[in-house]
Amino acid sequence: MSTHAEDVESLVDKEYEHGFVTDIDSDTIEPGLNEEVISFISKKKNEPAWMLDYRLKAYRQWLKMEEPLWAHVDYEPIDYQSISYYSAPKSKDDMPKSLDEVDPKLLETYEKLGIPLHEQKMLAGVAVDAVFDSVSVATTFKSKLADAGVIFCSFSEAVQEHPELVQKYLGSVVPIADNYFSALNAAVFTDGSFCYIPKGVRCPMELSTYFRINASNTGQFERTLIVADEGSHVSYLEGCTAPMRDENQLHAAVVELIALDDAEIKYSTVQNWYPGDENGKGGIYNFVTKRGDCRGRNSKISWTQVETGSAITWKYPSSLLRGDNSVGEFYSVAVTNNYQQADTGTKMIHIGKNTSSTIISKGISARFAQNAYRGLVKISKGADNARNYTQCDSLLMGDKCGAHTFPYIEAKNSSAQVEHEATTSKIGDDQLFYCRQRGVSEEDAVNMIVNGFCKDVFKELPMEFAVEAQKLLGVTLEGAVG
Amino acid sequence: MTQAAIDHYLAEHKRLSNNSAGWIEKQRLSALESLGRQGFPSTRHEAWKYTDVRSLLKQNFISVDTDDSTVGAEQMQTIRFPDLDCYELVFVNGHFNSALSSLPASGEAINVSSISTAGDDVRAKIEQYLNQYASTDKHGFAALNTAFLNDGTFIHAADNAQIDKPLHLVFISNKQNSSFIAHPRNLIILGSNARATVIESYIGLDNAEYCTNTVTEIITSEGAHLEHYKLQQESDLAYHIGYLHAHCHKDSRLDSHSISLGGLLVRNDIDTVLAGRGAHVGLNGLYIAGNNQHIDNHTRVDHNMPNTSSDETYRGVLDGKARAVFNGKVVVHKDAQQIDAQQSNANLLMSDDAEIDTKPELEIYADDVKCTHGATIGQLDENMLFYLRSRAIDETTARSLLTFAFADEVIKRISFAPIRERLEHRVVGRLPDASLISEFLQ
Repeated sequence: MSTHAEDVESLVDKEYEHGFVTDIDSDTIEPGLNEEVISFISKKKNEPAWMLDYRLKAYRQWLKMEEPLWAHVDYEPIDYQSISYYSAPKSKDDMPKSLDEVDPKLLETYEKLGIPLHEQKMLAGVAVDAVFDSVSVATTFKSKLADAGVIFCSFSEAVQEHPELVQKYLGSVVPIADNYFSALNAAVFTDGSFCYIPKGVRCPMELSTYFRINASNTGQFERTLIVADEGSHVSYLEGCTAPMRDENQLHAAVVELIALDDAEIKYSTVQNWYPGDENGKGGIYNFVTKRGDCRGRNSKISWTQVETGSAITWKYPSSLLRGDNSVGEFYSVAVTNNYQQADTGTKMIHIGKNTSSTIISKGISARFAQNAYRGLVKISKGADNARNYTQCDSLLMGDKCGAHTFPYIEAKNSSAQVEHEATTSKIGDDQLFYCRQRGVSEEDAVNMIVNGFCKDVFKELPMEFAVEAQKLLGVTLEGAVG
Repeated sequence: MTQAAIDHYLAEHKRLSNNSAGWIEKQRLSALESLGRQGFPSTRHEAWKYTDVRSLLKQNFISVDTDDSTVGAEQMQTIRFPDLDCYELVFVNGHFNSALSSLPASGEAINVSSISTAGDDVRAKIEQYLNQYASTDKHGFAALNTAFLNDGTFIHAADNAQIDKPLHLVFISNKQNSSFIAHPRNLIILGSNARATVIESYIGLDNAEYCTNTVTEIITSEGAHLEHYKLQQESDLAYHIGYLHAHCHKDSRLDSHSISLGGLLVRNDIDTVLAGRGAHVGLNGLYIAGNNQHIDNHTRVDHNMPNTSSDETYRGVLDGKARAVFNGKVVVHKDAQQIDAQQSNANLLMSDDAEIDTKPELEIYADDVKCTHGATIGQLDENMLFYLRSRAIDETTARSLLTFAFADEVIKRISFAPIRERLEHRVVGRLPDASLISEFLQ
């Protein structure tokens, strides 16, 4: 394998492509967290009293909680008082009506990312609610969505304009006291996306947001709430990249999905936060709580994620299968390179009758990285005829990395059928040999094999994301093969 | 809760210290200290998440003195394996009973002795090997075992020695005036290229209420081969905590078979360390639980060195309100390349009140490995049922037959016919509608 090792050295030195900082004068408050800060955020966002109460309740709960340490990751303790909890682009007072009014620097940033808004608008037919740091600055295709009755706006806007919906669903899937990071999020979240699909509506376009951490030292606390009313359908895309930084940054988002009778939500993520440099310096801490609630009969929630970034990923998109015949799906590719650490997986909680879930998880670990799958499949007592199929495969590249599997399976119903399968291996010498023998270069061969390894997940992604995902995989892993 | 139990056992230790073994006092005291430090596990410990031992700790079990509570010849007859020519060491309520036992002649090559009757030279050896690799810090019960250590078995086979017949260690518990606890300790040390077969049987009589807290330590030197059986048939009211630790050197081989049928609350820990190239461990397990039984099997295989392999198959059948836990961990350490590790756990849930919690884990820090694991929970195959029914076998019988076939997947790996047959018989006895299928199994 010595030839592979040389390739590693020559190819792995690729710098993070999207590393740049846009110089926008941020409206940032001093680091620190207390009730005053929370009141400040709430006031700044002109929130009603119930919202402030919710935040304070969460904050008081958070004070009582302890930071979880069970994940298979290793990091310096986070000083929550050294983080600034609010930052917004200056131009927020006069929100732009169209792209022309948007700060050109912002547009430039998106262009560097290869996802210019105007191009998106024309080509992909995607409405983009761009979250630049914490305040939404541009929203497109609003009228088209409004015609269909779909509400898609920033979270702060939703609090102002649709308080009844927000109040009804906020925290109903991820309660305040759910975990340490979700409690923190509930206390200090500054913005995010809100989406409501009315009864029987099939959302006319893919909805997407791009998150991006910009101001230095600012933790990003996003809140996403998607409600699919009876018989509706929505596909939501979330993607992110972040500029190069030295200090670790905390990202603790909360995503709540609610699917009522016969509704379907497809949630896709491409995550490419800055992973730190090749010595493991810097990078984002990505501690995210994502949970979907299949509340109605015949509802379906499907999570697809491609995780290539972040220094540390701690993320378990889960589905509560409460309605009869509801379906949960989880497709994941998690790639870790250099000193990245990932502890990710899913929870499928079967509560209703005839529920089924599928978990396909592909972990790729290269160089010094640690990649863990952690999952729970729980069949409750009343969940007759529950069905689960789980497959998690790990691919190791290099003899210093690690791949781990921690699946929890709990079954309390005799009609349950649960299958779990896991494999761990490296790229086979015979596979490589087969390709090389046919004149395929080693790098291409490895790419081909890795893409094949991830195919089951990529094919679940919406078209425009699949392309980006494959590109990201290439960037993240190029040369890390040995 | 755990503090009250610790206090109880500390007092109990004091009470017994007058007639203590003396010669291993230092180890016993250090174990007691370890117990005081770590306490007993609770469901807040990840390894005990699904097994709550509070009901055990509440019992305030005491150690019973050596008495002549004999086990009748008839009872012994049902315990012995018919047609199996073997040596026997019989322990009643934690104390060695020489009258019921038959030992091989001890000499340079082979040394088999009960710990309580060990001579000075054997004692020296025991002190040398005790807790060499196993740890009292494993959990509170392991510490408790060492702290109260006074009987058990010492088995030593020198280089190239072979114990000609299987050794059957029989731990019998019967009814006593108060509910009691026994702490048998077994040390099995095989020299280079030595071979032995050891069967540990745990048997409860008269529906007695007691706790068995056993620790077995195994060391296989280069090229040695140990076949180890643990047949757990404790009484319906019994608690059983078992910890087996094996340290396998170069090219040695351990085949472990663990069959759990009895007990109210059972916890088995099997830790194996593959410490030399070419070492192999095979772990075979079967648990059949009904009523309110709780059976927890935790296994761990550490691949410390390259070119080691492990192969694990555990199966469970659960009925009534039974609950079973399986946790199989395979760790491939840094630089341990060329590893082949396989693991599978399959479970049949026969009742809606039964529960299974399974967690097959892989922790891998090397890349040139082939590791797989699988876990399933399910029911009998409808197609197979149909096949049998289309051949005029009624549904209940067909179900029983298929359940037996499921369990037999583990039993048939047992190489000794007398043990296999006895187990098949016992397993059939545990199945619903056993009488219906016995005629098929002649």
